[in-house]
Amino acid sequence: MKKLAIALFSAVLLLPLSSLTVSAAGGAGVEHSGANINDTASLQRGARLYVNYCLGCHSLSFMRYNRMADDLDLTEEMVMENLVFSDAKFADTMDIAMHPERAKAWFGKAPPDLSLIGRSRGADWLYSYLRGFYQDENGEWNNTLLPNASMPHVLWTLQGIQTPVYRQETNADGFTHEVIDHFELTTPGTQTEQEFKETARDIAAFLDYAGEPAKLKRKGIGVWVIMFLVLFTFIAYLLKAEYWRDVH
Amino acid sequence: MAKMASSLSKKTSALLNWFDDRLPVTAFWNNVMTGYMAPKNFNFWYYMGSLALLVLVIQIFSGILLAMHYKPSAAEAFASVEYIMRDVEWGWLIRYMHTTGASFFFILIYLHMFRSLLYGSHKAPRELLWVFGMFLYVALMAEAFLGYILPWGQMSYWGAQVIINLFGAIPKIGEPLTQWIRGDFFISDATLNRFFALHVIAVPLALLGLVLLHLVALRENGSNNPDGIEIKKNKDADGKPLDGIPFHPYYTVKDIFGVGMFLILFSFILFLWPEAGGMFLEHDNFVPANPLVTPEHIKPVWYFTPFYAILKAVPDKLMGVLLMGASVGILFFLPWLDRSPVKSIRYKGTWYKVLLAMFTIAFVRLGLLGMAEGTPAQTWEMRVWTLVYFMFFVLLFFMSPGAKTKPEPDRVTH
Amino acid sequence: MSSDEVNKGRRRFLVATTSVVGGVGIGIAAVPFIKSWMPSARAQAIGVPVEVNMDKLKAGQLLKVQWRGQTIGVLRRTQEMVDGLSKVDASLSDPESQNAEQPEYIHGEQRALKPEFLVINMHCTHLGCVPQMVPQVGPQPFDANWNGGFYCPCHKSKFDLSGRVYSGVPAPTNLRIPPYSFLDENTLIIGVSPTGAV
Repeated sequence: MKKLAIALFSAVLLLPLSSLTVSAAGGAGVEHSGANINDTASLQRGARLYVNYCLGCHSLSFMRYNRMADDLDLTEEMVMENLVFSDAKFADTMDIAMHPERAKAWFGKAPPDLSLIGRSRGADWLYSYLRGFYQDENGEWNNTLLPNASMPHVLWTLQGIQTPVYRQETNADGFTHEVIDHFELTTPGTQTEQEFKETARDIAAFLDYAGEPAKLKRKGIGVWVIMFLVLFTFIAYLLKAEYWRDVH
Repeated sequence: MAKMASSLSKKTSALLNWFDDRLPVTAFWNNVMTGYMAPKNFNFWYYMGSLALLVLVIQIFSGILLAMHYKPSAAEAFASVEYIMRDVEWGWLIRYMHTTGASFFFILIYLHMFRSLLYGSHKAPRELLWVFGMFLYVALMAEAFLGYILPWGQMSYWGAQVIINLFGAIPKIGEPLTQWIRGDFFISDATLNRFFALHVIAVPLALLGLVLLHLVALRENGSNNPDGIEIKKNKDADGKPLDGIPFHPYYTVKDIFGVGMFLILFSFILFLWPEAGGMFLEHDNFVPANPLVTPEHIKPVWYFTPFYAILKAVPDKLMGVLLMGASVGILFFLPWLDRSPVKSIRYKGTWYKVLLAMFTIAFVRLGLLGMAEGTPAQTWEMRVWTLVYFMFFVLLFFMSPGAKTKPEPDRVTH
Repeated sequence: MSSDEVNKGRRRFLVATTSVVGGVGIGIAAVPFIKSWMPSARAQAIGVPVEVNMDKLKAGQLLKVQWRGQTIGVLRRTQEMVDGLSKVDASLSDPESQNAEQPEYIHGEQRALKPEFLVINMHCTHLGCVPQMVPQVGPQPFDANWNGGFYCPCHKSKFDLSGRVYSGVPAPTNLRIPPYSFLDENTLIIGVSPTGAV
């Protein structure tokens, strides 16, 4: 009876759930990034890349320079000399000078603050996004993950320019349309494909860290907490068993 | 040494006597702890009540600390939560305690309610205990809903938008009612601020009052047990139930062990997996609320999804709201729908085991479907399980009085 | 019965052990929550040291800056002002500044790293008003023998040109001195002590 119940239970629960994915869990075009926030060197490179290529338009208004220095093993001097280009002080947040209204006028949409993009999109999405820029027939920038986004490919000097090669595809309803088959690097950049993957990975890892700086420490603390609780629970069990000898 | 100890204990008992002359301290302790005879055969399902009380304390504690830094205005709320996560020392710990606690509260309560379905704890003379519990459940749902708007993320905003708009389905009074709830023509700073006041003061007070009533009602008739037999029927020479053991020290000691096990699970989530894959902390809520951009996929947090699925299953808005309300409301009547002569599943026929299994599967399945996008195939499935959900109560009502039962034992088993 | 005795001992031991381990756990667990009340990173960022440039500060002038919510005064004292400090010692509560709140590197009646510059917390040690600077030597409405200093209008406390409090006034102690040091000849930094400690 019990076995039947369990079998029935599992069978029904595991009924096919088409597209029953919780949002931001993968999806089409998202590749595994291999971003590792425990790799401090990667985070440092990511920080430098971010400040040089992204911070001009995208603020990180919840991240403080001194917190970043502390987490990434950088000294105050290193940060102030290499990562701060404004009159910001060491304890300040990574804000930018660009006014959102002016940005909207220039770009059509104000570039969003990216403090939490690592949590809302995830490192894999960011990695794939940075690698998904291409130039279409009109010479305009486009991106596979965010079609028609107003963001230009700021890293094009590193990656180079890729253009799409299309193919025809017929869907279930019989409609034929064009889809991107693959990319061709029509203009090379200063980095090889492998080097650019690492660049994209470093930025993704940095943004993953920036989304939740506490992540670097909380897992370690958690292990200790759980170990203590296991000890406590064991002693509590002995206490319980001792008293319950009375009960028959 | 012994003299010191005995003089210390003399002073302690003198102090206790001073209090006892002015407040029923010892009398109360004897009444609810050492003198409260609980059945000796409590199993796993009987941990949930005390653990829920622990989580209530955790939520109040972490909530108070959060309220010291949180700013309940549309302009500052989102940033204040990130301020807590980054700038306040150990702020991230306090925040995760609160989000983890919220989800665990519902896990425990669903298991706690399921126990009642297993062992008939809702049946006479404990109907009022069940009803207070149901009010607690509704209050908890309100508390969670009010709390979720506070981070003022995309899901906070749009989730509130959808749920408050449901009230608009009520004919005639719907529109003015939604305006009255919001305090504005659209979800705004006014809504956020009042939800904050309700979440921090009003509903917690209601919860505490209801917990007190719930516990007093429990004390009045004593606990049920997995065999569903009344232990008061078999008493010894002193008038104590033969199958009863004093709550203290036996269940205090057992509950301490239960707390330890629970805290291990709680800590695992808090420290190692606080987002729980987007179930406990939704990814979209890390984007600030934007009235101009609707998220791709609006869905409530996991503990509301079964009811959300029932809502989505019905094509008509008003009927959907009514059916969703009925799915919670019908639970209030469980003590009167369950007309079985025996309390526990152990002594009911196979029909009840099948019925309960189907109900559970329906609830879980509806929950999963509530999280999904709602393709036509999924909508049909939601309708099937909604039917199963309600049929549980209908069939229970008609089948319970006449169904064959197994003979109940005289004394509890294990 | 002997088995009962053993049981009781074991129970006491287990209760004690559980209590101790649990107590230690709660004690350690309390620390982060108590620490969460400490000034946050934002408060500390706002409370950063303040640099003060004294190029334009003339002799006898007072410059005021804000540091950690306090008004800090920088007074460029003339030689006369410094020389005149010992004249009023007899009228002061604490001429040696033994009970004053000041860094350990501040000594004597001049109460400064360099006698020329007095760096002082301008909040009266009575109830916090900001006294007026009255540098002129000569009879004043509040003191016939005024030698220059600070006069608090709220409850009539008086301080000399080193911020030392006069006896017989409501203020109990000398004006406080914040941590500070010199970055160069003309630049002070308030909030950082000379050894580099904040």
